[in-house]
Amino acid sequence: MRIGIDVGGTNTDSVLMEGDTVLAGTKAPTTDDISTGIVNSLDGLKAERDFDPGDIEAVMIGTTHFVNAFVEARRLVKVAALRLGLPATASLPPMVDWPQRLVEATGGRSYLAHGGHEFDGREISPLDPDEIKRIAADMRTNGVEAVAVSSVFSPVNDEFEVRAAEILAEELGPAVSISLSSRIGRTGLLGRENAAIANAALSAMAQTVVGGFERSLADYGITAPLFLSQNDGTLMGADYARQYPISTFSSGPTNSMRGAAVLSGLEDCAVVDVGGTTSDIGILVNKFPREANTEVEIGGVRTNFRMPDVYSIGIGGGSLVSAEAAVGPRSVGYRLTTEALVFGGATLTASDIAVAAGMAEMGDPSRVAHLDKDFVTAAVQRIADDVAEGVDRMRTSSDPLPVVAVGGGSILLPDRLPGLGEMVRPDNFAVANAIGAAIAQIGGEIDQVFTVAPGTRDDVVAEAREAAVDRAVEAGADRDTVRIVDFDEVPLPYLPGNATRIRCKAVGDLKGV
Amino acid sequence: MRTVVLEDIPALARGAAVLGTGGGGDPYIGALLAEATIREHGPISLAAVDDLDDDSVVLPVAMMGAPTVMVEKVPTIDQVSAAVETLAGYLGKKPTHIACIEAGGVNSTIPFVAAAQLGLPLVDGDFMGRAFPELQMVIPSLYGIRATPMTIMDEKGNRGVLDTISNRWAETLARSATIDMGCSAIISLYAMDGEEARKSYVPGTLSACIDIGAAIQAAQKEHRDPVQAVVAAVGGRKLFAGKITDLERKTETGFARGIVTIAGFGGREGTVMRLYIQNEILIAEIDGATEVTTPDLIMALDIETGEPITTENLRYGARIAVIASPADARWHTEEGIALVGPRYFGYDTDPVRV
Repeated sequence: MRIGIDVGGTNTDSVLMEGDTVLAGTKAPTTDDISTGIVNSLDGLKAERDFDPGDIEAVMIGTTHFVNAFVEARRLVKVAALRLGLPATASLPPMVDWPQRLVEATGGRSYLAHGGHEFDGREISPLDPDEIKRIAADMRTNGVEAVAVSSVFSPVNDEFEVRAAEILAEELGPAVSISLSSRIGRTGLLGRENAAIANAALSAMAQTVVGGFERSLADYGITAPLFLSQNDGTLMGADYARQYPISTFSSGPTNSMRGAAVLSGLEDCAVVDVGGTTSDIGILVNKFPREANTEVEIGGVRTNFRMPDVYSIGIGGGSLVSAEAAVGPRSVGYRLTTEALVFGGATLTASDIAVAAGMAEMGDPSRVAHLDKDFVTAAVQRIADDVAEGVDRMRTSSDPLPVVAVGGGSILLPDRLPGLGEMVRPDNFAVANAIGAAIAQIGGEIDQVFTVAPGTRDDVVAEAREAAVDRAVEAGADRDTVRIVDFDEVPLPYLPGNATRIRCKAVGDLKGV
Repeated sequence: MRTVVLEDIPALARGAAVLGTGGGGDPYIGALLAEATIREHGPISLAAVDDLDDDSVVLPVAMMGAPTVMVEKVPTIDQVSAAVETLAGYLGKKPTHIACIEAGGVNSTIPFVAAAQLGLPLVDGDFMGRAFPELQMVIPSLYGIRATPMTIMDEKGNRGVLDTISNRWAETLARSATIDMGCSAIISLYAMDGEEARKSYVPGTLSACIDIGAAIQAAQKEHRDPVQAVVAAVGGRKLFAGKITDLERKTETGFARGIVTIAGFGGREGTVMRLYIQNEILIAEIDGATEVTTPDLIMALDIETGEPITTENLRYGARIAVIASPADARWHTEEGIALVGPRYFGYDTDPVRV
């Protein structure tokens, strides 16, 4: 048996699972200390279905705690960014494109040193250990608590980042955590470096929060290993999560999509998660969310680590409905239960339309009985058309694709979407995130520029696939179950030697669960 | 004379991406460099090309290499101004103006860096009126103006001077040097006097970039149709609106080639547009009939935001508007078509104007 826990901003949801079967599921409010909320949620689970803590094989937690803290600039530590690449890149130092409030919240200290590689792996300049030691001394003087190290073209060759991190660790001691850009982002120096700095800024909080998770479980008598869910829908161990809290940034939408896949039994589908204010639309390919191929802004910082491709439209249960039957993007949000007509309020919302149309039962239906039938039909149609357009926009081929609806606001959606066919509505969708977290798969990935000499393409592809499989096994996957779930090759213009960027992801079942 | 301040740079970058016709590289890094230089050295004066004296010394500057490298090995401000100063030293002349070779893409912003740091005015305009992939593809080539002597500069301090027998050779040799320099170099070339600049420049394209970018921002803010705002700002017409249903890409001889298929909507249901791409969008075809070709500008915009989309960011399912606008008239001469017409790029078709 496994336990999946989703620690959201409002609720902490838990599920007890055996294989793909949900044995029990509960919700409890999230608490400031997080631990109390988890314990309360586990109590709820136990009340629904008693279990022996010793029988739990693994616990998986998904949390939006870190991304919220970063965006709100809460509990960030004093960071130094060290970039290796001089004499290149000096004009745009680290954090050049950050909003001022986050620069201040992290201390905004940055250093440039020699190092870096060319696109083909040649050195820009050699690493100078004495220079790194001098920088380390200055960091110590200034009370730096965490360091982000970036090096030009480190996705091609990470040796300088690794070497610089070793020197920094010797000079600064184990209390200062070090984040390497090559472990976090891809080609695109500023975006990758930004992600590494954000990660470093969260390092102290990662120690506290992950430690808190472990203590809550230990107090509950659960000795099974703890995993956290990552942006891409795979798991990472607790130690890895302490080092890479940024890997949880997008686990909210990811877990909701993955949960929808389990609940519906579909491997390839579109998922529409309808909340109070927005509908988030994503695509699952081989049970994993398709990833965005552009830079993603988080709290005004451009980053380029892997995030699921999510398209949001302003339609949710609390969306305002105008006299012309237009729906959203403005919403009453969490005040739905006081402001909507059916709940005695004075605002016409999308939920009122669903009740008037007979699609949902909530509140007092007599309070929407006066609404004109044609008006209600027009508003329902509008919602269906907008969501259908959003799904169509996200499709990657014209082949038929099932659509799964989850989230509290999914009552707004009709049984069929125009041009897309029947909608799948799984049970238990209220705890879809926790179910998504409880999926026991672990992955490995490579994203690298390869030189493809004529006639060697097959060898290069094989090498890339093998490297991804090895990384999955290193991360804890059972080798027999590992398969390639994503493969992409993009030729790069103006570069010699048929330079091709290959991204490959391998995923397998967690060993021993 | 127009003064370009810090706040103009985002609009400049956005407008430059429009004139980049899908290529020319993402102007984001160039815009950050221009902003950093303006913060340090102050605003830049744009000089009208007609105001140049005959004895003005005009030195253009640009980035050469792979845009994918530029976002990783970010050029330095010193590298940009050193390319210009090296050329000035070789020529034994003191520059009076900086100029822009390519208004589309990242090269629209690089000359602002040199102008701000060297404290020189920047001539408002460029040598293409858009983006093209090779350095001989400029209007001065039509007037027999030589690309060389040219300088090429890397961030390490290596600098080269090329003096070649043709502009085509300048492209070939500079391309080799660029690769050895790590696929990102700054070049200064087509040095000319005021008289030559007056006849061979496409006037006003840099302020046009700022105006196009500002038009997109204003339309978004005021909830007007941003695509129409771009059409009006570039003086073009809307060719098509639809959804991308197929993308076929391959890299051959260093260029990203591809064919994009778009299924029409908004009254054009059942109609199909094809875009032929080699870094830039070169040909637009509707139901098999050629609609517009290079040298005229063909641009893909996000249908809702009006934001220009570079060819590497075109993706299946995207809803785009395709618009076109006329190129500078000199590109439509026999010599112009020989240099940048469809046949130069390997398409067996006569040029078709907007």
